[in-house]
Amino acid sequence: MSAPNKSYDPVEVEALKPDVIERVRNEALAAIAAADSLDALNEVKVAHAGDRSPLALANREIGALPPHAKAAAGKLVGQSRGAVNKALAARREELEAERDERVLVEEAVDVTLPHDRAPAGARHPLTTLAERIEDIFVAMGYEVAEGPEVEAEWFNFDALNIGPDHPTRSTHDTFFVEGGKPGEESGLVLRTQTSPVQIRSMLDREPPVYVICPGRVFRTDELDATHTPVFHQVELLAIDKGLTMADLKGTLDHMVQALFGEGMSTRLRPDYFPFTEPSAEMDMVCFRCRGESVGNPDRPCRTCSSEGWIELGGCGVVNPRVLVACGIDPEVYSGFAFGFGIERMLMFRHNVADMRDMIEGDVRFTRPFGMEI
Amino acid sequence: MRAPLSWLREYVDLPAAVTGRDVAERLIAAGLEVETVERLGSDLTGPLVVGQVLAIEELTEFKKPIRYCRVDVGTANGTGEPQNIICGARNFREGDKVAVILPGGVLPGGFEITARKTYGKVSEGMICSVRELGIGDDHDGILVLPPEHEPGTDAIELLELVDEVLDISVNPDRGYCLSMRGLARETATAFGLPLRDPALLDVPEPNDAGYPAHVEDRTACDRLVVRTVSGLRPEAHAPLWLQRRLQKAGMRPISLAVDVTNYVMLEMGQPLHAYDRARLSGPIGVRRARAGEKLTTLDGAARALDPEDLVITDNSGPVGLAGVMGGADTEIADATEEPLVGQAEGTTEIVLEIAHFDPVSVARTARRHKLSSEAARRFERGVDPQAAAAAGQRAVDLLVLLAGGTADPGVTEVAAPAAARGIVIGADHPDRVAGVAYGRETVVRRLQEIGCDVAGTDELTVTPPSWRPDLTDPNDLAEEVIRLEGYEALPSTLPRPPAGRGLNARQRLHRRVGRALAGAGYVEALNYPFLGPGALDALGLPEGDAWRTTVRLVNPLSDEAPSLRTTLLPGLLDALRRNDGRGSHELALFETGLVFRPTGHEGAAIRLPVTARPTDEEIAALDAALPRQPRRVAAVLAGARERAGWWGAGRPADWADAIEAARTVAREAGVELSVENDQHAPWHPGRCAALYAEVAGEKTLVGHAGELHPRVIKALGLPARACAMEADLDLIAEAASGVPTAPPVSSFPPATQDVALVVDASVPAADVEAALRAGAGDLLESLRLFDVFTGEQLGAGRKSLAYALKFRAADRTLTAEEATAARESAVAAAVERTGAAQRGA
Repeated sequence: MSAPNKSYDPVEVEALKPDVIERVRNEALAAIAAADSLDALNEVKVAHAGDRSPLALANREIGALPPHAKAAAGKLVGQSRGAVNKALAARREELEAERDERVLVEEAVDVTLPHDRAPAGARHPLTTLAERIEDIFVAMGYEVAEGPEVEAEWFNFDALNIGPDHPTRSTHDTFFVEGGKPGEESGLVLRTQTSPVQIRSMLDREPPVYVICPGRVFRTDELDATHTPVFHQVELLAIDKGLTMADLKGTLDHMVQALFGEGMSTRLRPDYFPFTEPSAEMDMVCFRCRGESVGNPDRPCRTCSSEGWIELGGCGVVNPRVLVACGIDPEVYSGFAFGFGIERMLMFRHNVADMRDMIEGDVRFTRPFGMEI
Repeated sequence: MRAPLSWLREYVDLPAAVTGRDVAERLIAAGLEVETVERLGSDLTGPLVVGQVLAIEELTEFKKPIRYCRVDVGTANGTGEPQNIICGARNFREGDKVAVILPGGVLPGGFEITARKTYGKVSEGMICSVRELGIGDDHDGILVLPPEHEPGTDAIELLELVDEVLDISVNPDRGYCLSMRGLARETATAFGLPLRDPALLDVPEPNDAGYPAHVEDRTACDRLVVRTVSGLRPEAHAPLWLQRRLQKAGMRPISLAVDVTNYVMLEMGQPLHAYDRARLSGPIGVRRARAGEKLTTLDGAARALDPEDLVITDNSGPVGLAGVMGGADTEIADATEEPLVGQAEGTTEIVLEIAHFDPVSVARTARRHKLSSEAARRFERGVDPQAAAAAGQRAVDLLVLLAGGTADPGVTEVAAPAAARGIVIGADHPDRVAGVAYGRETVVRRLQEIGCDVAGTDELTVTPPSWRPDLTDPNDLAEEVIRLEGYEALPSTLPRPPAGRGLNARQRLHRRVGRALAGAGYVEALNYPFLGPGALDALGLPEGDAWRTTVRLVNPLSDEAPSLRTTLLPGLLDALRRNDGRGSHELALFETGLVFRPTGHEGAAIRLPVTARPTDEEIAALDAALPRQPRRVAAVLAGARERAGWWGAGRPADWADAIEAARTVAREAGVELSVENDQHAPWHPGRCAALYAEVAGEKTLVGHAGELHPRVIKALGLPARACAMEADLDLIAEAASGVPTAPPVSSFPPATQDVALVVDASVPAADVEAALRAGAGDLLESLRLFDVFTGEQLGAGRKSLAYALKFRAADRTLTAEEATAARESAVAAAVERTGAAQRGA
């Protein structure tokens, strides 16, 4: 650093001559314009705008001028320094933008690289389908009801008007639980249907009762492509004053529309179940061909075997005997119920060819279902 | 039940244009399950005629013997000359009548017949077998026809080869539909046509001259009719029309007497049994079997009788299982030809037993002896008790007509009086069940159509016909009206349930747990709940382990798995191994589901009535007999939890992931798990965590997690270092914290201080953390263990735990002094409680 002038010099300072200032300024501006990198610009800044740059030195000389000359010199030097600084800033901005652009290009990656660091999880489609069905009815005001899987025969059979000699109450169809002592009957079975939950719901609540009961049930079938000894059902029960078969039909229609889309409907065919009277088998319009494959060999439908209908399950008006066993007066209340297997619905809804795929827990089967909304 | 359309037409005058499919559609609408409509002979073209074999020339120069036959086909070939036909079958002789298809004809299956050269001869047609004609499966020889038919007769008509057959699956409440009579009634109603009831026959009054019989058990057998026919020609055979009807209905013709009883059973739905009178000794009785009695039934099986079996007896003891199957000893004899005189010998006198048995008794006997028969099938579903007399008469008439017998005048009938079965319903009851205004007139008409007697105006007294034992309740009658009016005519209306409350907390938790685990990379598997001692042994469970006390099945699918699961792990680990074996190696699976825990209070079966609501005490007693069935959640892991890839190294699944899975589950319930080191099968004794939650104010064990024991991994063939977690979801739901309280959120800056503590290696990190938290006071916002270090400089058996402590005050910026003081207090607590030394201090 140079020392400030120690003496007052009345003579004009060489460095403050306007033409010199003008030249120094132009040199500075040229150097700034010529700087092709931020580093070069920094050097230019030191040389032309730093403490020892000609303009800085000139600025320092101003103090040595006689008072009358100070204002003009100050203005001249100040304007020049201002111009240089402005040019520096502008050039810096240009160079920084250039640099940023270059860095962004350099930082580019291949975004198509796979990112499968953590294997994906998924819930089982039987679970999600059951929830989907629950949600339809919960939205209508129904409750979801559950019950035990090892169930008393009274709940699983007797209260449902399935008498002691009904063929289903044999080891041919039903898993029986061993009693406390060897050879003793326990009166317990693995529930063969979700219908005992109906009974529990009626015993637990005062009518009206509107419940949907999803759950796992058991029958002594051997596992094959279309049978499994352990499967899932959804059961619905509605008990209220004045409920009719027409209400059952409407409820079923609503469900298949909610599950399979507008325009879907159901068909009832007479059938027999001990716990409903009248009873019906329920079919739904084939959601895939909408019945258009019937009598149309050019457009066969594999989902419904070109029948136009898909069998869903059983339903009917709750047998008044069942109401009586649950302490509900059949003169005052009536109701309807239906039940169907979720495995079957999963099979036709998703083209599952082999029921074993639902049971074996193969992650390749289940993962694609994790993403259904 | 297989019903030929031609047979139905005998009782209902269906318009000629009505097809089997038309009938099927109407019957389906009326509630019958028509499974198929077979169109017999639809692709059959004649000429197919009766031929008589005039001469047989045996050709022996071929690999198998061949016959070159001259067959008289009448004038069917236009010339009247015999046809020359090659035939490979040998079950006929000269003079026999056979079915011949002539050139130009087409057999079922599109098999065109031409005159062609074969075995060195020109064969002008073909002699047909049962299978070639589409009658049955028999292809052992050609069909030999009864001798009475003239050569040249059209065999298509004679053999009734063109027909339609409806195959109907009959529900248990519609026993009457296991007969042509019942199906004809449904058909008549469905088409609005009158029915010719085959049971409307003139039957002689019962008298004392009949075959003696006595019924010991009048409840199990409320009607027994015995008829006898004598002077039968033993060689008489059932005519073709009768045989064909049996065949179309799915039964094989056997002998005249058997064919006639089968025919009448198919027609009337009433099973009958024919005894060879010569083989019957003394009166027919009906009683329960006695202990030790045996019977060889017609199927050749020797059966030990149960005292509950109802049997038909003669003086020798049981001769038949009532309503199920006859005995071999009294079987109708096959006609045999006496070689010297050329005269047939066999049954000439027949005793017909026509009875009505209790459905339950028959069902139990059939089930007990694993013996399902056409008769048992009908009795189980309910036979018309009034049909016995008519069925007996029909069988007698046929035997007289077809075998030249004489109907004996004696008619035995033992009958218990039938109870009146009037059902009272409001005339609008069907309307109220259906939600449709049918009106009284329709209701009455429909009930009358099915055979009911209806009286009354607003209130109807309805007496169902004898063949409808299933009609007992008002709703049974409503169903009849509704189905005949058509289920398809029901409108679609929606009930209005009261406003709902959505899912309950437990149900919401189950869903959240599933979603959270799936979100954490676990795939749900739903496994069978069966297991056996082998699976429990493989888990290395010690004797007396709670998981070994199981609920057992009487009839398990497999003897290896006779119990219900007490843990979800065996099923999940099976799925893990299966996936690994199929080439998926980065595995994380989970399951939620019930397990079954005996309570030790299971007693004998409790039988409750169904005629009224059981008391609360009775319901409680039933529930107390059930095993405990808590819902559990389990997860298993193997292989990489994070894969290696372009981003760098991967990370294998380890014990900590298993614990984290449990925390993930608990977090969904807002429950903080505390973890302690434990030793518990099937886990690695040094890598097993016991999981605790606070349930109802008490620290409660809710599950375990960690790495599996190497012996378990080996025993189950699992991938090395497989890990598992299992916890009680019901307990976690109980521990749920309820409605959370919002914490104050301070906007003042935090002060972070790190501390490294050296402790004995055996000191659980959880204890150190708890001590730090307790000592740090209210200013501590969070605490995080960020490093665990062991090394020589610490000394053997020591470890260093490094924590970041974040302090913050609600109302001010903390000074460095305040933060340090809090930290010092935390360290002091750790020193005091865990023997920790501050590292670098």
